[in-house]
Amino acid sequence: MDQSRIRLFTILMALAVLAVGCGGSGAAEQDDAPSESADGGEAGAVDVVGFIYVGPKDDFGYNQAAYDGSQAVIEAFPDVEVLQAENVPETSEAETVMADMIDRGADLIFATSYGHLEFAANLAADNPDVAFVHQGGLEGDLALDNLGTYFGTVYEPVYTAGIAAGAATESGKLGYVYAFPIPQTLANINAFTLGAQSVNPDAETITIATGSWCDPGLQAEAANSLLDQGVDVITQHQDCTKTIIEAAEAAGAWSVGYHADASALAPEGWLTGSEWDWDDIYTDIVQTVVDGEFADSPYTGDFRVGLQTGDNPFVQSAYGPGVSEETIALIDAAREDFVAGGSPFAGPVLDQDGNEVVAEGSQPTYDEVETMGYFVQGVVGSVS
Amino acid sequence: MLLESVLTGAVRGGTAIVFASLGETVSERSGVINLGTEGSMLCGALAAYIVGIESGSAWLGVLAGMVAGALLSLVFGVLVLDRGANQLATGLVVTFLGLGLTSLFGQDYVGQGANGFTAAPVPGLAGLPFLGPILFDHDPLTYLSFVAVPTVWWGLFRTRAGLAVRAAGERPQVLEAFGTSPRRVRYGAVLLGGALAGIGGAQLSTALALNWSENVTVGRGFVAVALVIFAGWDPRKTIAGAYLFAGAIALQLQLQARGAEVSRYLLEAVPYLTVLIVLAALSRRRVHAGPEDLSNVFDG
Repeated sequence: MDQSRIRLFTILMALAVLAVGCGGSGAAEQDDAPSESADGGEAGAVDVVGFIYVGPKDDFGYNQAAYDGSQAVIEAFPDVEVLQAENVPETSEAETVMADMIDRGADLIFATSYGHLEFAANLAADNPDVAFVHQGGLEGDLALDNLGTYFGTVYEPVYTAGIAAGAATESGKLGYVYAFPIPQTLANINAFTLGAQSVNPDAETITIATGSWCDPGLQAEAANSLLDQGVDVITQHQDCTKTIIEAAEAAGAWSVGYHADASALAPEGWLTGSEWDWDDIYTDIVQTVVDGEFADSPYTGDFRVGLQTGDNPFVQSAYGPGVSEETIALIDAAREDFVAGGSPFAGPVLDQDGNEVVAEGSQPTYDEVETMGYFVQGVVGSVS
Repeated sequence: MLLESVLTGAVRGGTAIVFASLGETVSERSGVINLGTEGSMLCGALAAYIVGIESGSAWLGVLAGMVAGALLSLVFGVLVLDRGANQLATGLVVTFLGLGLTSLFGQDYVGQGANGFTAAPVPGLAGLPFLGPILFDHDPLTYLSFVAVPTVWWGLFRTRAGLAVRAAGERPQVLEAFGTSPRRVRYGAVLLGGALAGIGGAQLSTALALNWSENVTVGRGFVAVALVIFAGWDPRKTIAGAYLFAGAIALQLQLQARGAEVSRYLLEAVPYLTVLIVLAALSRRRVHAGPEDLSNVFDG
């Protein structure tokens, strides 16, 4: 009985860890990359487009933004049939769901979560007539004509939101709750910190990794831990954002949002934030497939759009009452610099240990930012 | 102060698990392991969230959470106690049922404004140094858990009903010989267990996080079941186990906020490691602490 008790206990703990992991699978979704799909066949033949999401379509975050983009497609192409699948895990089940869409005549599939890429790639190899685009991943060695990735430069509006945070803080301590140290979250944290330091050189960002894209109970504790340390601006890279924003508001701290405009949750403390607007990219990708030009379009590679190349699908949210005209002018100036070809990571940039990671006078490319593996100076936390 | 912050976090984060593992204790004392506890927590969390918003009363929400948690455990009870289905497998299926149901019915409430509990400092006590913030500056459901633990212990070990529950778990034949149906007693224990798990879920969604999202419990129900075994089916030790687990989580978050140079992955494993190590240490000393009839589930 005693041995079996330990055995059962171990199984239970494994289940608990598994449940945590399931929650975490959504995290991967953040890391999309641009992709292109192959030509969907002769021009004008497209009439079915599929979308798969890792979470619910109404999560007030990443998945809802992608779903909203699909609605723009429906509006722009009334004759196109759009198939939707929510809560598609990043497992072989994704392959099953997409294969089913192909059986139903799909000519183009949007795989919108990070972990969907390998399953889209498997199907792309076997279905040369179907175009696959993946949100946020990098195609790497795949180089298939009917597969591509697409994404925005998330960190640009995060940098400008950092300016608002740096101007607002009195303690000089900013808090950042994130899920996992992947290049995209590291780039965001670094951009936020550099933005704050551009107006407040002594500002530091205290980071907490929760190991989950949405665990509100843990988020409440993480927010409290940051507030304990005197943090007076809190931001986050989480799929569900409400708990942290409300905790900050209740404590009288400032909030910077992510994924969605949550100013209604923090009428006093809302500064600004970043949110998605996929309408134009989605519509354009569908257009290239409708026109039969997918294979020749930039969407067959790793397509990235930012302020330099056009409209960034990641846009800055409206300002709250606490952001001064002076700060807004600084933010506008920074944005103009990025449109003109500047980067939030323009050198010199030092990492936590003081090593120069971006040399004076140079700046990383979009692709280099997406493989970032360090925290900049002024970030408190560990990347491993 | 780190210790004060960690202990405060232990109580704050542990309360939902305390309720769920109290419920599981009652259920297991009657000879039924209910892995559907995670599902009951989810049902309780969503029902409390929805009813709290729609009725405008957070307490009505808690009541709804209790009922929802109990209803899901009723499904478990019918399958296990009436149909004789395997307890462990049925519990898992019921948890997935709860996950699916709450995902479906919770869609419209994701990110919606909560009507829940805020901290209600106890006059006079909240100002105490050290103990004040740790014990007396919480939401009302946390204070309710302080009452629930001794109440459940007293009920189990000092009342006739508790005796019947324990008899059902130890020697159901004896109970039967005295004219009481072990099946009926187990139904009661399973339903009470589900109701308590429902309160735990309600505390999570309407007091701790003030948020509903899909799978908001993220494994806390499974942790609760594990803690019951760790606590040797003693409700007093259960509360210690829940606080130990939540305290370890609070510790790793506090260490991150203080910029500790420790691997993040190691820190995340700390809560599970702590409980596993403590269990291993305890189980060497205690041999037959559990309800006798449970061994049919473990070994069968």
